Amino acid sequence: MTQDTWNFIFIGLSFALYIGIAVRQRAGSTSEYYTAGGGVSPFANGMATAADWMSAATFISMAGLIASKGFDGAQFLMGWTGGFVLLTVLMVPFLRKFGKATVPDFIGERYYSKGARGVAVVCAIFICLTYIMGQMNGVGVVFSQLFGVSLAQGVVIGSAVVFFYAGMGGMKGITYTQVAQYTVMAFAYTIPAVFIAIAMTNNVVPQLGLIGEYTAGEEAVPFLEKLNRINTDLGFEEYTSGKLEKIDLFCITAALMCGTAGLPHVIVRFFTVKDVKSVRKSACWTLTFIAVIYLTAPTIGAFSRVNLIESLNNSSYEKAPEWFKDFEKTGQMAWVDKNDDGVIQFHGPGHSKNGTDSVFVVTSTVKKPIYPEDSAPEEQRVGKYGERILANKTDLSNPNELWFGNDIMVMANPHMAGLPKWVIALLMAGCIAAALSTAAGLLLVLSTSISHDLMKKIVKPDMTDQEEVKYARAASFVALTVAAYFGINPPSTFIAKTVAFAFGLAASSFFPTLLMGIFSRKMNKEGAIAGMVAGIGFTLSYIIYFQFLGGTKAQYLFGISPEGIGFLGMIINFLVAFTVAKFTPAPPKEVTDLIDNVRYPGGKETAAQDH
Amino acid sequence: MAKTKAAKGRYWRAHLRCVGVLLVIWFVTSFGCGILLRDWLDENFPSVGSAPFGFWMAQQGSIISFVLILLGYKFWMERIEADLEHDEEEVK
Repeated sequence: MTQDTWNFIFIGLSFALYIGIAVRQRAGSTSEYYTAGGGVSPFANGMATAADWMSAATFISMAGLIASKGFDGAQFLMGWTGGFVLLTVLMVPFLRKFGKATVPDFIGERYYSKGARGVAVVCAIFICLTYIMGQMNGVGVVFSQLFGVSLAQGVVIGSAVVFFYAGMGGMKGITYTQVAQYTVMAFAYTIPAVFIAIAMTNNVVPQLGLIGEYTAGEEAVPFLEKLNRINTDLGFEEYTSGKLEKIDLFCITAALMCGTAGLPHVIVRFFTVKDVKSVRKSACWTLTFIAVIYLTAPTIGAFSRVNLIESLNNSSYEKAPEWFKDFEKTGQMAWVDKNDDGVIQFHGPGHSKNGTDSVFVVTSTVKKPIYPEDSAPEEQRVGKYGERILANKTDLSNPNELWFGNDIMVMANPHMAGLPKWVIALLMAGCIAAALSTAAGLLLVLSTSISHDLMKKIVKPDMTDQEEVKYARAASFVALTVAAYFGINPPSTFIAKTVAFAFGLAASSFFPTLLMGIFSRKMNKEGAIAGMVAGIGFTLSYIIYFQFLGGTKAQYLFGISPEGIGFLGMIINFLVAFTVAKFTPAPPKEVTDLIDNVRYPGGKETAAQDH
Repeated sequence: MAKTKAAKGRYWRAHLRCVGVLLVIWFVTSFGCGILLRDWLDENFPSVGSAPFGFWMAQQGSIISFVLILLGYKFWMERIEADLEHDEEEVK
């Protein structure tokens, strides 16, 4: 059987499974649409949350990012898992006790104001949209590679599938599909890692292989030493040393952590279990499931990097492995023969005078390879050795000839290790599962924010239950269209980067506001609103300035990059909120009663289905 | 009534202590070992396999600690809640 047949079988089967589950579990009432009726078991919810969590960016690009960043990649590893600890001990038990369907609901009632609810809705929509764009782009990348369609077509197919089961099935539908998706993802991620660990380090457990010995060479050497040596030989930094300033790394990690703790689509997942006790149990399961993937990611990154360099560097293009040519076709890898010797040479920034390693000239709009039109004469498209010619201007200031995206470390991993075709097909199904599950979760928050918080609570309070579900479905269609558009035309090259900004925004808005809402009895609406506006305003303008208006590194505030600025935004939020709260009236008694109620177990435990 | 209030106060303080202690561990294992003290730990602590200690903490050790922290949270909170129930029953 060919690879395509295997891919069709695996992806077809997984789609049939997801849609089958969604149809069986489709939601009838708002409570099923928003929170699956509140009766999901902690174990199933743990799996579903892990799937929700594991975005396409995490699944496809994180291993590659870590491989290229080395030690600095720890920001993602610690940031995304550490944030989950914050989420569990500081947020979800209280919000679950509060017992309403959405995060803006809590903010609206805790801060007794429609204005606060409005600001929260806008923040939720904004965060989810930023985040979902990356997911749709991820779906597009996978589909375009699989079926040879364009990125745009891939995104449209993905959106249709997500709309079908998230829009229709609501929370109840997506919960059980996410359970299935996590299972697919976990196998798809760990099986190739185990195979490659056996091949390279003679160790079945990849995590032990990484800190063990490299045995594929002539003599056994510690694997990390081998990786460091390969990197420095080629002019890269040592894998185990970091490039980022400590303060920048600290802030990026902190922003990712606090952002994670404020992500509305993860918080609402915990509204689907029975009570606060189940929330804690479920959180343990979730983090365990997440840890399986996160502990594997650095191993995949490191192993594939060694594999990639060993199999491509200094090999002649004509003898290069078949998979390299396949990825050239999809535009995920490229080779420019700068010295015209027919041999692929890979060099890091250390081998050029000006410290760059770009294959082609990178500008703010062109960061990826571009190619001549298909209609161009053949000699403009195919080079002397059969390579695909780029339309980019070649950067001759450094000797590096090999370009590849971060997603290649996961996508090409089984090809490089020579694994059977079904493993590759499984990986493809896993990539799609990762993107779909997160997109579905986000879509749900987007649609409920609009139907519940905006329409029902602010615009049209006399809506019936059925009408509300109708609005939710319509809203999810609109949101998906917007997300698909930006998925096709992403504002930033690296998928993960797009996501990182969503975290910064969540860190500067939701996280502090929720935290103060639970732990401070004195915080009032004036303080909370001022804090949210100040936090997100500051963070957003910083990001826009450096991403779109051409700000340079030298202008960074305290040396903090836009990825880490959410941490500072959060501190600003806290400061502004407490200052304003000091000079404005204290919250009314109903609100302090509400705070007391969410703090203690037992008593009147509001059921999740009440609105 | 006053007694219930006192029990609830005790509960909230115990809760805050639990969260506080766990967050200190959380900070030390991640930001502490993985970022701030990383270089010092690499030098002065025994390697994990062939990985320097600080590096290992940043890439694997912290994640393992996080899972343990949440497990600790679950059991600790269950005990605190059992105490509260016990207190409340005494009041009745």
